[in-house]
Amino acid sequence: MNPLDILLAGSTLGGLYGLIAMGLTLQYGVARIMNLSYGEFLIAPAFLAYLGVSAWGLSPLLILLLVLPLGFAVQWLVYQLLLTPLVRRTGAGPALEVDSILATFGLMFVVQGIMMVAFGGNYHSYTYLSTPVQVLGSTVAANRLLVLGVAIALGLGLYLLLTRTRIGTVVRAVSVAPRFAPLVGIDVRFTAALAFGLGGAMVAASGVLVSMFLPFSAAMGTMFAMKALIVVIMGGVGNLLGCLMAGMMLGFAETLVATFIDPGLTLAVNYALFLGVLLLRPTGLFGKGAR
Amino acid sequence: MNRGEYLAWGAGALVMALLATVPQWLDNDYYLSLLISVLMYSVLASAWALFSGPTRYVSLATVAFFGVGAYTTAVFGEALPWAAVLLIALGVGVAMALVVGLATLRLSGVYFVIFSFGLAELVKQLVTWYEVNITKDLGRYVFVDITAQDIYWQLLALLALVLGLRAWIARTRLGLALRVIGEDETVAVHVGINTTRVKVLLFTLSASFMTVAGAIMAPRWTYLDPTIAFAPAISFQTLIMALLGGAGTLFGPLLGAVPLVLLFEFLSANFPNHFAILVGLVFMLIVYAVPQGISGWLRRRKPHDGGAQ
Repeated sequence: MNPLDILLAGSTLGGLYGLIAMGLTLQYGVARIMNLSYGEFLIAPAFLAYLGVSAWGLSPLLILLLVLPLGFAVQWLVYQLLLTPLVRRTGAGPALEVDSILATFGLMFVVQGIMMVAFGGNYHSYTYLSTPVQVLGSTVAANRLLVLGVAIALGLGLYLLLTRTRIGTVVRAVSVAPRFAPLVGIDVRFTAALAFGLGGAMVAASGVLVSMFLPFSAAMGTMFAMKALIVVIMGGVGNLLGCLMAGMMLGFAETLVATFIDPGLTLAVNYALFLGVLLLRPTGLFGKGAR
Repeated sequence: MNRGEYLAWGAGALVMALLATVPQWLDNDYYLSLLISVLMYSVLASAWALFSGPTRYVSLATVAFFGVGAYTTAVFGEALPWAAVLLIALGVGVAMALVVGLATLRLSGVYFVIFSFGLAELVKQLVTWYEVNITKDLGRYVFVDITAQDIYWQLLALLALVLGLRAWIARTRLGLALRVIGEDETVAVHVGINTTRVKVLLFTLSASFMTVAGAIMAPRWTYLDPTIAFAPAISFQTLIMALLGGAGTLFGPLLGAVPLVLLFEFLSANFPNHFAILVGLVFMLIVYAVPQGISGWLRRRKPHDGGAQ
């Protein structure tokens, strides 16, 4: 396999992992809730795109635009309806971490079960823009290039939103100092719900992107959530650029192993990377010194 | 030990002895297999609570150990005597738990949760890879000369062992150290507890029970492949049962396991397609409605006890 193929495949996969993890790092970094059901909210939009393309003849790009507000609304509601009672009950103390992990773990089974009933356990896919394109002597499907482009645009958009706007500054303030943010008039719970929604929009968009070039099944959400969690921890919680770097590392490691050793061992490589990073730098590659 | 405790241990032993006679007079395969389910989940939930109850580290990896145990039986069951199979399962479980525990339990609890969340999937992939590439055959048949009665007695013995161990640990310095870790880990470090060693030790003990339970249960399946042995539902149901009963108390996991095994049996018989949804809903109901578990709820009803954990 020529090096350019690996570069393209690795960066598409890595960019996608980075994008998926960005939403999660936003949720975990700001709302302090480890959302184990995250992967299900990636697969559900993928099924929506599948339905839209195969049954109603819509363009996946149109669905992508549609799921952005939809994903935001769904995760915002999840936070308001399911997680706010836990935040209130635990007073946002250490028990919140355990309780929210358990609640989202339960939610994961519910959503996954619903998708299983609706679509069965088989792999689904549709063809969209699968025409081959020549890039510097290497052949790729056009949909992969599109995915890469949209992923970059979404990631850049989120980055600019967080660093260049007032609301972004508020979100980052809560992420850095949740206890002091109220002192300057920030509504922490509102901001946490907002970050949760933003994460939902990101993951929904990622789901539609996944559906464009990968076959997916109802049971795959766990795997995506797992990878996103690994990327978030590796990149340092709340760090968008760290996410992108860690996502790229994971994407390239997977591509290399799948190409040269065995595709069945990709998950093992993820874990080896994860453990390696944790043992050397417990706060992640780009995390701050203190835990 | 004072007189009350001697009485409690005696009563416990008597109950176990009575339960051991059940297969002698119970002449119904369905009820026996239901009892085996109850025992299996009682062992798993108690083993889960052994580590997670006092430390409050949520482990989502039960089935990783359980499945490895089941595979040990599938691989060695035919060639080796039964006791040797169980010993190998124990050894594999301990080794795996030590690796996982030493790598993740030195860090904050979240890393451990995340790692345990995917551990079953990792082990499943590795086993699948091994079976596809090395043995060229994904499934295995379990040929072991073990009857349902044997499984019942062995699980009962395992349950007695794990309950006895929990009762014993609770009254030692180790139990105190665990409770301090659960209340506040920083304080635990400051009073001189080697938190990593305590956590890894308990995690390994808990995992070894799960592995042996898997090895004992394997003959129930006769056919085994990675999807059966590493079904995430087993981790999930164990967790629900321990939480419903209350993981902090000795008999809490049993209080959760008995009703929920019956409920899940009913649900899977009547709503096979919607089983996962219903189990998920039951689980969320428990997290929201009985956060302290049944035992915590019972304790709170007694006013003189305070009941705050």
